[in-house]
Amino acid sequence: MMWELIQANRRKSIFIFIGMGLLLILIGFVFGSYYDSESGGFIGIFFSLILFGILSMVSYFAGSKILLAVSGAKEVTQDVHPQLYNVVEEMRIAANFPHQPKIYIISDSAPNAFATGIKPENSAIAVTAGLLGSLNRDELQGVIAHEMSHIINRDVMLMTFAGMMLGAITLMAEVFTRSLWFGGGSRYKSKSSDKGGQAQIIIMILAIALAILGPLMAQLMYFAISRKREYLADASAVRLTRYPEGLASALEKISGSHLDLKSANKVTAPMYIINPLKKKGMQIANLSSTHPPITERIKILRTISQGAGLTNYQLAFNQVKGKQSAVIPPSGLTDAIKIPLRSSELSQTSFETDKQVKREVGDLMMQLNNFLFITCTCGIKLKIPPDYKSKTVSCPKCGRIHTVSQ
Amino acid sequence: MVFFLVFIGIIVVAGLFFVSIYNSLVGLRNRVKNAWSQIDVQLKRRHDLIPNLIESVKGYMTHERQVLENITKYRSQAMDANTVGEKAAAEGMLGSALGQLRVQIENYPDLKANQNFLALQEELTSTENKISFARQAYNDQVLFFNNKIQMFPSNIVAGMFSFKAEEFFEIEDKTEKAVPKVSFT
Repeated sequence: MMWELIQANRRKSIFIFIGMGLLLILIGFVFGSYYDSESGGFIGIFFSLILFGILSMVSYFAGSKILLAVSGAKEVTQDVHPQLYNVVEEMRIAANFPHQPKIYIISDSAPNAFATGIKPENSAIAVTAGLLGSLNRDELQGVIAHEMSHIINRDVMLMTFAGMMLGAITLMAEVFTRSLWFGGGSRYKSKSSDKGGQAQIIIMILAIALAILGPLMAQLMYFAISRKREYLADASAVRLTRYPEGLASALEKISGSHLDLKSANKVTAPMYIINPLKKKGMQIANLSSTHPPITERIKILRTISQGAGLTNYQLAFNQVKGKQSAVIPPSGLTDAIKIPLRSSELSQTSFETDKQVKREVGDLMMQLNNFLFITCTCGIKLKIPPDYKSKTVSCPKCGRIHTVSQ
Repeated sequence: MVFFLVFIGIIVVAGLFFVSIYNSLVGLRNRVKNAWSQIDVQLKRRHDLIPNLIESVKGYMTHERQVLENITKYRSQAMDANTVGEKAAAEGMLGSALGQLRVQIENYPDLKANQNFLALQEELTSTENKISFARQAYNDQVLFFNNKIQMFPSNIVAGMFSFKAEEFFEIEDKTEKAVPKVSFT
């Protein structure tokens, strides 16, 4: 069952999470000791925990809002994109999840999506206009199922706190290195006596090493958590939709796009369905990337043939990776009955040209920016910008007069 | 005295264990009920959409009177059904009749180009999906619950308070099998 799976998987990620915590404490201790060898260490720890606490509080209460605002997402109602709304509701029902996530659209033509919301009742799913334009219904369903899985598996909460820990470590290291340049070192010299000199030098070397390596280590741990959760979200998405091909071809389309998402940055990158920062980290797809290599994710999804259970995903994973590595914790692998796959629900795939896709995306972005649409009887669609002053507009093709009701 | 305390302790722990099993069983049964109500909501939505659908395709589809009549017939049958089994049977018939209609619609390009019809079709597709996803979630939940009341030690508590195994919602869908599987290799 889903719930036991979450428990077991959480335990694993929490190990890494605790590792990050220990690193934070260590850094606090060493930096503190550098300034005052007697009691400074504990002040340092205290300070680092307070910093983490403040960052966490802020992200707990306003994290989603900040993230959504930074990425330029706009909340939409059902009538802006009924299909998106329906697909989200379908996945909510499939997961038997009590809260309908809010739906946001990002006015960007690079296809991508993310989920947010630390508390399940405040969860939200944001997709770009480009995603809606380029995916068919089955593919959209796969992507939404993946995002829904992040919400149900409580990944958002874990990633937010891990992200804040990374933030605290990076911030402290940065402040420390800056203060070294601006004469922090002199304080240490005046205090050192012959006896404490040796220990002071060790502390100093340790502090400098941590200032350089600490943020890197924290980042690697952060990415390690992130990658694990991506596989799990893929597996859960298959279980929800029973149709791995939908997500597989969606991932293919998204990764095939050469557009970069303008509003993404290093910290928000792990939130997206695929890494929005393609130029960095895509080639070296190992320790330093937030997401597993996309070709591998697609291959695993396409290897699934027997059923849609989590067991089947694990089998496919082992087959593709050629090694036994548990993505799904053992407790999740007890599917009592075989969960059958289903076939595509589209009787035929609609083939849209690139031009049609671009127009669709453009329309959607205009709609988000409060453009008004009027369909003329001659078949032309008039797009009226929100700052249009006049009460009437004439059709450029047939000359009919339409009234603009803002 | 020590033995007495240990004895009391064991009883308290056993009691707590017992209570927690009972509570989890009640919680699970409620989840099953909730999952069922989700199906019910979607089935009702399906029934509400049908008159609309028939109204909008009637003008175009002159040769498929039989399919449309079947849909109306099965709809009223499904609305009259009471037990889970009856409902499943009637909804299965209705589902396959709707599936037939969808195949027929492919032959009417005019109808497919109609904006209003497209919106209606999206609603219908989504409702059909929601029904099958709700059914999927319900059956998962029922399976979990049924396993719990048959397995030790929760079966003891279940027996004492007569928790009964719930019925699965299986729909015999003929069209689902008839649709050829699309392969992407």
